[in-house]
Amino acid sequence: MSAEVKSSSERNIRARFSPAGILGKPFRGLILVSRKYGAEWWIMIAGALIVSFMIIVAVFPAVFAPYGPLDQEAGGQLMPPQPGYPFGTDNLHRDVLSRVIFGARTILGVAFAAAILSSAIGIPLGLLSGFVGGILDRILSLIMDSVYSFPGLILAIAFAAMLGPGVVNITLAVAVIYIPTYFRMVRGQTLSIREEVYVEAARAIGARRWVILLQYIFPNVIASVVVIFSINIADAILTEAALSYIGLGLPAGIPDWGMDLSMGKKFLPSGTWWMITFPGAAISLLALGFTMLGEGLAEILNPRLLER
Amino acid sequence: MSETMQQTAEPVLEIRNLSIDYPISIGTVGAVEKVSFDLYKGEALGLVGESGCGKSTLGLSILKLVRPPGKITGGQILYKGRDIVSMRDRQILKLRGQNIAMAFQNPLTSLNPLFRIDRQFLETIHQHEPGINKSEALKLAEAILEELGIEPSRLYEYPHQLSGGMRQRIMLGLGLIMNPDIIVADEPTTSLDVIVEAGFIDLLNRLRGRYNLSILLITHNLGLVAEIADRVAVMYAGKIVEIGGADKIFHDPLHPYTYGLINCVPNIRLDQEELVTMPGNPPDLVNPPAGCRFSPRCPKVMDICRVQEPELKAPAAVQGTGQLSDQTSGAGSDTARRVTACWLYQVKGAE
Repeated sequence: MSAEVKSSSERNIRARFSPAGILGKPFRGLILVSRKYGAEWWIMIAGALIVSFMIIVAVFPAVFAPYGPLDQEAGGQLMPPQPGYPFGTDNLHRDVLSRVIFGARTILGVAFAAAILSSAIGIPLGLLSGFVGGILDRILSLIMDSVYSFPGLILAIAFAAMLGPGVVNITLAVAVIYIPTYFRMVRGQTLSIREEVYVEAARAIGARRWVILLQYIFPNVIASVVVIFSINIADAILTEAALSYIGLGLPAGIPDWGMDLSMGKKFLPSGTWWMITFPGAAISLLALGFTMLGEGLAEILNPRLLER
Repeated sequence: MSETMQQTAEPVLEIRNLSIDYPISIGTVGAVEKVSFDLYKGEALGLVGESGCGKSTLGLSILKLVRPPGKITGGQILYKGRDIVSMRDRQILKLRGQNIAMAFQNPLTSLNPLFRIDRQFLETIHQHEPGINKSEALKLAEAILEELGIEPSRLYEYPHQLSGGMRQRIMLGLGLIMNPDIIVADEPTTSLDVIVEAGFIDLLNRLRGRYNLSILLITHNLGLVAEIADRVAVMYAGKIVEIGGADKIFHDPLHPYTYGLINCVPNIRLDQEELVTMPGNPPDLVNPPAGCRFSPRCPKVMDICRVQEPELKAPAAVQGTGQLSDQTSGAGSDTARRVTACWLYQVKGAE
């Protein structure tokens, strides 16, 4: 009994000092939501905040950046972080903060384009393969599985090396390795939804095959794709950064985090930590944001869908 | 009852020697073997049998919905004289829903969960009549909902907002909206409770009278059959063993399997001491027993049963047990004709 009393008094204290009590009205809706649904909402909201902040920065870099990304007269050479240059400057007198800000646009653009491209290929193929079945399914699955069985980065390196540097080429290289992720997911879902009674019932009503595919199967598959999409972008960010880090990514004129990393690495032994730290932190933060968004969504949309 | 049947003795569906096979790794399962029967206009025919006897496969085949690897390997399904088996896909799409509708076992999952009911009705209507405009189509849908005893405003809700009974009725409504002649109901009440089931039966009977619907009721629920069916076809191991008027089948079963099936139903009034069960299991359909397929389990088995297969025909004489009450085979009406596939009622040996 005493345990009950204690727990209820504890609850009172917690209620008084809860985030809702402290933050007050503006956040009450958000907090009520999170209390009702638990940790996954916090994860998703935190992820969404990081991601939207990064997207805003990437869309309007000129608003945030004090200098141009290629401006070689921004400051002194290899200046450590200080007022006016919060992230310091690099060996070519460029402002690191401005490079990080403009670099967000590159990496987000490539990651989004790659994810859209691979889903645009993977989803229809997965639907078709699961729905039609037979020999088409065998062939597509074989191709996709062989792509999937490569370590993603190695495959991306091979593609990037083959295509040469350039924004479009790096996007293609990243996109290719994620097609099977969508394909497998959508194909699996299609196979299971195809057997639902409402699909059979649709057939009995006289629905045509493409109507069944588009109206009955596709909408029921798409929810799980949203989750994959977000986690996929996080992965694509890391892949893009890795490619440009090893010099297979972009031509020199485009500000890019991966490239700055590899540049910063050269000056690290001489104690110039800021050239590598800030772009690296930006990469981690952005990937973390998308992962949190995706995992949070996965929990919220479907608790059984955490495997990827 | 027999009077109304005699006036409308016009078959809408004739099934002739229909065979359906499922090839599996160890051989071929003959799920349906040379089945023939007629479904007349306005009648309700109950198709009963144990699980796995092929009755659902038979039901699906009428709309040509048998899933691969299942295949119709022979015979004909004549809808108003046109053979469904040899029809093109496009013609079958027209037939489905418009001429022949289907009600499924599981009403809880037979509606698309993501769309509101109105959209599902609109889609069905547009599938068959692309010209009809939206407000007219909605009016049709509302009318049919009213007919089914559901408030028209429920049309604008999602399936999960409706009860199981409502969903089953809406499924039926989707089937009925194009005014079909035939409705194939495959265990339509299995997942409904008895009260909802009773309501559903009433509804089916009412609709049948109103639209002159023919119903093929596939079930193992003999109570349901007794409630609705004019005639009953009994299926065993992919074959029809007996067809006859519902009264006759229930009160005077001829085939030993029918007899066993009816006696397996526990009866409240008769104070049975024990539940009667039928010995043995349904046969392996990959290697069916020689002769009559029921012979290994039959209490009245004779030598000939294990060797030669009996044909489905009118009973000629009764071997052994007493007399055949009021010779049912003739009586002028085609529809009341009684047939059974059992050596007990046939002249032995084909010469």
